[in-house]
Amino acid sequence: MIINGVTIDETYAEAFGMKATRIVITALNHRWARHAAAAMTGFATSVIGCGIEAGIENELAAGETPDGRPGVSVLMFGMSARDLEKHLEKRVGQCILTSPTSAVFAGMSAEKTINLGKNVRYFGDGYQISKLIDGRRFWRVPVMDGEFLAEESTGYCSAVGGGNFLVLAESQAQALTACEAAIDAMLDLPNVIMPFPGGVVRSGSKVGSKYKALPASTNQAFCPTLKGLTQTALSDDIESVMEIVINGLEETDIRRAMRAGINAVCTLGADSGIRRVSAGNYGGNLGKFHFHLREIMA
Amino acid sequence: MSALTLTLREQPGHGLDVSLLTPDRLRGLSPAAISALPLCNGNRRLQLSSLFDISGNDAQQLVILNSSRHLHGIGSGMTSGHIRIEGDCGNHLGQGMINGTIETSGNSGHWTASGMRDGIITVAGNCGNFAGGALPGDRQGMRGGTLLVHGNCGDRTGDHLRRGYILVAGNAGAYCGSRMVAGTIAVLGKVGPEPGYAMKRGTLLLCEVPGMLPATFNDCGIHNLGFLHLLTRSIAALDSRFAGQNTGKYRVHRYAGDLAVDGQGELLVWV
Repeated sequence: MIINGVTIDETYAEAFGMKATRIVITALNHRWARHAAAAMTGFATSVIGCGIEAGIENELAAGETPDGRPGVSVLMFGMSARDLEKHLEKRVGQCILTSPTSAVFAGMSAEKTINLGKNVRYFGDGYQISKLIDGRRFWRVPVMDGEFLAEESTGYCSAVGGGNFLVLAESQAQALTACEAAIDAMLDLPNVIMPFPGGVVRSGSKVGSKYKALPASTNQAFCPTLKGLTQTALSDDIESVMEIVINGLEETDIRRAMRAGINAVCTLGADSGIRRVSAGNYGGNLGKFHFHLREIMA
Repeated sequence: MSALTLTLREQPGHGLDVSLLTPDRLRGLSPAAISALPLCNGNRRLQLSSLFDISGNDAQQLVILNSSRHLHGIGSGMTSGHIRIEGDCGNHLGQGMINGTIETSGNSGHWTASGMRDGIITVAGNCGNFAGGALPGDRQGMRGGTLLVHGNCGDRTGDHLRRGYILVAGNAGAYCGSRMVAGTIAVLGKVGPEPGYAMKRGTLLLCEVPGMLPATFNDCGIHNLGFLHLLTRSIAALDSRFAGQNTGKYRVHRYAGDLAVDGQGELLVWV
């Protein structure tokens, strides 16, 4: 399959089952809602080292949030509900509670829930106040700028993490430009996040390492500087490879995002130095979700 | 199916316990069985049919017409369904109600919604004393749900309130929110003396500073409280004067108290 001169490899992205939740962060204005969300989703690129993966899903207008203030919605993914809860509570306590004028609410209603502000309330040192409104419990925690309002819990669901595609280009700058175009096309899509910095990862990994302590290490088959040294997946004209990793609430969300991203890459085309689009997988043995590039782009 | 309608033939001159008449208890009973239901009248028992004309068959939609202030305990402990009352009703309306809805076009007596756990009770007229309050000997009044009063409430509204909303569109009497444990009382009119007396926690939301605030309430200043946006939007959904009034307003003067007991309660006055 060739789109605008870009070869779409006959391969697939391999993704895993995860647990996910959505929360809504509000503040006096979007600037401060984003500050809280950026802190909260910082150091959350990969479960391998961060414990969870998180990102800003989209910006919400004042009329779309529970307390009628500007906000952002954040998606957070973990390998288990317990992991998700552990990291969520830590980040609410350290990143949202501390951010001026912020409040945090559940962004997902589900039968199964995890703690959101349930334990953060104890920061109130006995002065915290509970309010049950429309069946949802909120905690009002007195803080120096007024009151921090946090919903007690949020729902979570099964989700998919690790959808991906690789952009193979003639130069580093061209690969990055193509990835930026892909991210721009995917940013507005609901139910997905691209958890790496700016949505792009340059250090795609394989499972395992020659060093026993490492669960993952560099994917040498796609490292251009090792072309002459290892069994490479790169042709001579490819000098740089970058990856976009996508986590989504459902398989269809990831498919839609991958299609939008790859379309944007292909729109730039071979004239912009984009040679191929590929995907990362582990031979199909680890993840139960397989996203075949050619099926998605058909 | 049409609503099961009980029409009181004549106003009784004495109290009548009609706590048996709830949608869940009447569901599935034949017309003959409903007619033969015993109602306590002092130390005597009367058959329902001796006092009421009965029509309709849908017990989930119970209608009581020509109601009287002597009919006590309407909707007590009901778990589901809807009761519509045309006229006044007596004491203990919806006492211990677990769920469902009750609406009355007239006034209700004392201890309306006492011990209520969930559901909505709407009183178009006025309520007596201890609306949503605790019965003598009980340690908790309302434990959930919403009591909406379009008119005025008597004294001790929300006494020992544990959870839920008491919304009074008119005025409330003395000791409003006395001994509150938690929950929310909102009053659009005036409140009598000593509001929040001995309240431990909970919120008393008022439109104007009460004339006589207990000395054991401390002024905490004027603040924007975000939870009020959620609260006012929630109660604005009810068909009442609360819709529109103060919706979205979250700037209030906060008084904390009652410091004689715990001081974790609050009296908020919209500014």
